[in-house]
Amino acid sequence: MGLKQKLHTLKEKYRGKKMAPAFNALHTFLYLPNETTHSGSHVRAADDLKRTMNTVIMALIPCLIFGMFNAGYQTNLQTDPEITQAMSLFSGEFWNWSNFVIGFWKVLPLVIVSYGVGLAVEFLFAVIKGHEVEEGYLVTGMLVPLIVPIDIPLWMLVVAVIFGVVIGKEVFGGTGMNILNPALTIRAFLFFAYPTWMSGDKVWVHGAVETAGKPDAISGETILGSLAQNNEIGYSVIDMFLGFIPGSVGETSTLLILLGALFLIYTKIGSWRIMLSTVLGALAMGLIFNGVVSAGWIDSSSKFFGLMNTEFWHHLIIGGFAFGAVYMATDPVTASQTNKGKWIYGFLIGFISILIRVFNPAYPEGVMLAILLMNVFAPTIDHYVVQGNVKKRMKRIKVKTA
Amino acid sequence: MGLLSKKDSKLIMDPLADNNPITIQVLGICSALAITAQLKPSIVMAVSVLFVMGVGNVVISLMRNIIPSKIRIIVQLIVVATLVIIVDQVLKAFAYSLSKELSVFIGLIITNCIIMGRFEAFALGNKPWRSFLDGIGNAAGYGVILIIVGFFRELLGSGTLFGFQVLGNPVTKTGLYAIGYENNGFMVLPPMALIVVGIIIWVQRSKNKELIEEN
Repeated sequence: MGLKQKLHTLKEKYRGKKMAPAFNALHTFLYLPNETTHSGSHVRAADDLKRTMNTVIMALIPCLIFGMFNAGYQTNLQTDPEITQAMSLFSGEFWNWSNFVIGFWKVLPLVIVSYGVGLAVEFLFAVIKGHEVEEGYLVTGMLVPLIVPIDIPLWMLVVAVIFGVVIGKEVFGGTGMNILNPALTIRAFLFFAYPTWMSGDKVWVHGAVETAGKPDAISGETILGSLAQNNEIGYSVIDMFLGFIPGSVGETSTLLILLGALFLIYTKIGSWRIMLSTVLGALAMGLIFNGVVSAGWIDSSSKFFGLMNTEFWHHLIIGGFAFGAVYMATDPVTASQTNKGKWIYGFLIGFISILIRVFNPAYPEGVMLAILLMNVFAPTIDHYVVQGNVKKRMKRIKVKTA
Repeated sequence: MGLLSKKDSKLIMDPLADNNPITIQVLGICSALAITAQLKPSIVMAVSVLFVMGVGNVVISLMRNIIPSKIRIIVQLIVVATLVIIVDQVLKAFAYSLSKELSVFIGLIITNCIIMGRFEAFALGNKPWRSFLDGIGNAAGYGVILIIVGFFRELLGSGTLFGFQVLGNPVTKTGLYAIGYENNGFMVLPPMALIVVGIIIWVQRSKNKELIEEN
């Protein structure tokens, strides 16, 4: 009797017991269960929820690995005078062992805490409510370590993950019922609860907090932070595109996010409509702001000048915009469901994120708040799209009968 | 309770739990969100509402047979407004800093739906003693929730209770702060009050399944 058969027998034996959902979750993680449908449709597609989730995780892995190298690189760049700036995508200054080790030991605990706590909450709720453990946390658990600053204290992450999973998801009925993206709920909670660890110029490079105020202090300023203070930025466009810049763990490399986006579109997991319309929305807002500057309505004395004067397409490659547009906005549960709705939803996300980014430097990451806001409006958008369609068809019937 | 008959004590106990004005009827939420960032204003608010509702219910009940029903809302408003002004003046005289902290929300007790609701639903149709008990009960039910929310928001948001630093000093890093604890800034913001009230509602309804509405 193989392991698969043994597990199946165990499952049959304990069917209906309190801990059964927890057992089943581990069981289906290893094998496809020995079950056939009893009624209704017998045709099944292979791309179930678990495969969907795994595809997204595969698209996120390059960002995670890049994030580890980048975390070490940003620290080494400032502490070790012999290290020079990486010039090209494959330069040895970036892809070396010392960078990876520093980053690996900083990022790994984030991943473990995120998955450990999140899955524990999911298991707890499954056992209490007596339903099966859903796969919904698999992607959230990978997203969370990628969107927090590298030096975030782990206990804060624990509190935030519990809050995000319980209040953001379980109270609405679990996976598939949530109105807000759980990963962004977690980040928003951290952002409002512990602002000193989530924004400013001290948290984005490993070691910047401990060395603050000392002669060898590490600066952890992000590009958005510098721009908000009308400072010059010391990074070239190619740096920003490749991701050799300080920022949250996995959001810096626009190149890898772009590859992930292509992968998600190719596998039809992510919606290209949302991604494209989000980018269009951001470009539109960026162009408006560029227009305001070139029309001379504000000059360099204005506190919005730095961000408004940023060339409109640079907004796509700085900050977390690309990451949010590809991995967060496209979350199938919280996004609009109708095709027309997706265009509206995505466009407004892009539009509002740049708006928040420019007008409220206290909230440098506008894309987080923009996505959460549009999550709330997604059902409303869908409602009007559907009603519009119903009206159109009713008209057609009337014309025919008349 | 020997002092009260069974029917009378129900008037007080019901609003404290199974018919709580905030968690069951979901009334008076604005003030519950606005002034519960700290414990002290929460308690002052609870006491103020207790006074206004206790006295107000008795006054309305005494006048219930002579109020023409067409203008009863105006009469009720005048009674509440008078009582609220008394509370406001007392606070200004004896606790000026607290009165500044609560600012407009003392005045807004007038619009607290719980008060008008009890006047309409109970005091207009019952004798003064029972109306008094009903007013006290509902105000206490409102106050209890206010104090619970205020307790958690002050403790987790500012690390203090009544202004005393019970968790240690965040600036000099003593107590809990020495091991890296930090205040949760989200707790001080009103959205978190809504979430705390939501959690209380959740806990209460999962303990007493009869309270869950059908839909």
